[in-house]
Amino acid sequence: MVGQIMTRRTASVLSTGTLPTLRTSSPGLLLAHRAIRFASTQPVSGPEEIGILNHQREKRPMSPHLAIYQPQLTWILSIANRGTGVALSSLLYAGALSYLFHPLVPAIDSAHLIQLVHDLPVWFKGTLKLPIAVAFTFHTFNGIRHLAWDVGKGLTLKGVYQGGYAVLAATAISSIYLAFFV
Amino acid sequence: MRATALRTLRSTTSSSITCNPARAFSISVPRSFAQPTDGAPPAGKAPQIKEFKIYRWNPDTPAEKPKLQSYKVDLSQCGPMMLDALIKIKNELDPTLTFRRSCREGICGSCAMNIDGVNTLACLCRIEKDASKPSKVYPLPHMYIVKDLVPDLTLFYKQYKSIEPFLKNDNPPAKGEFLQTQEERKKLDGMYECILCACCSTSCPSYWWNADQYLGPAVLMQAYRWMADSRDSYGAQRKEKMQNSMSLYRCHTIFNCSRTCPKGLNPALAISKMKYEMALDK
Repeated sequence: MVGQIMTRRTASVLSTGTLPTLRTSSPGLLLAHRAIRFASTQPVSGPEEIGILNHQREKRPMSPHLAIYQPQLTWILSIANRGTGVALSSLLYAGALSYLFHPLVPAIDSAHLIQLVHDLPVWFKGTLKLPIAVAFTFHTFNGIRHLAWDVGKGLTLKGVYQGGYAVLAATAISSIYLAFFV
Repeated sequence: MRATALRTLRSTTSSSITCNPARAFSISVPRSFAQPTDGAPPAGKAPQIKEFKIYRWNPDTPAEKPKLQSYKVDLSQCGPMMLDALIKIKNELDPTLTFRRSCREGICGSCAMNIDGVNTLACLCRIEKDASKPSKVYPLPHMYIVKDLVPDLTLFYKQYKSIEPFLKNDNPPAKGEFLQTQEERKKLDGMYECILCACCSTSCPSYWWNADQYLGPAVLMQAYRWMADSRDSYGAQRKEKMQNSMSLYRCHTIFNCSRTCPKGLNPALAISKMKYEMALDK
């Protein structure tokens, strides 16, 4: 290949007496061609080859993934489903296990907690309840979406997007209702 | 030797053609090459400079961190597709830029890469005309890099091999070919068209985190393609191999695969059908 390029260039120079126009617009390219010309290869044996390959593989990077991938409804809702699930179950476990401390802290019992929440200002209760309601309703509606998929419904790209937006809308309406009107 | 002689001949003729436009017959190869126009746009076109930021990593200097390198290309002198821009950059700006390409029409799957955040084939992806925004080009996500935009697909191909992507039948028809009804053949539509470009598998977060054990959408769709084939008699064994927590069931129906497929196929649907059939033990 290199030889052919060089031949062509030499031939053109011979025939026109000037440098050929092909690929000579940038001086960097001339340099690059020269660099290719002087590059030489040397034969290596099998084990040496593997050695070079392993040495390269030791340091080869992993291409970027999550940070560069376009935010899409598909994977955003999927990770949100995972996140809300983890958050809700942690809250449930933490809430239930906190009753174990009742003998140490007598204030932890249902009567006191109800009184505590009752005395909070409405705006504060609302802001506290909203994220919990969002997590709960989103996880519920998205769970229904997953059940539909499991029986083979809505498994087209259009179906997935329609379902996704429907879940988001239902989550917004129901969580605002649960947080501020119940 | 003969090739060299021929090339010499061709270049000589090409230069004489430029001197003598009246000559009618042309065997010139170099004349059909794209000729650099020294930065001047073609008549009637305003230059439109767009910035391309391209992922670079060189195995010869492995300690150097991968970086984004910026190239400016005049869109008025460039074809409409991302692959045209990449080839133009390689031809005219930086011959060291490395990427795979072959058919330039979306059938070989070589030029699969991540363009502006989405996995696609560079040859099927139009350059975003808005020149104010730079286009970012990365290799397929979460893959080991061989060089620049070339990912190591060894594991991907090994996984494909592991599902035995060929017809297995111990009782071939005594005479002639396997016969299929139209309905049976129809089941393969939307699956046999896959070109194994790996766009879907490398868009799948599950595959990112579990590529060593989870097969990924492209390979799973091909696995189902052979389960669904009426001519194959090893469906039960093929399904048996999927009966573990990793190979198939790391699919959480995220749907990035179908969203990104440059051929418009639906791997998530094929995987769901496989799960459904396995759940019903069909």
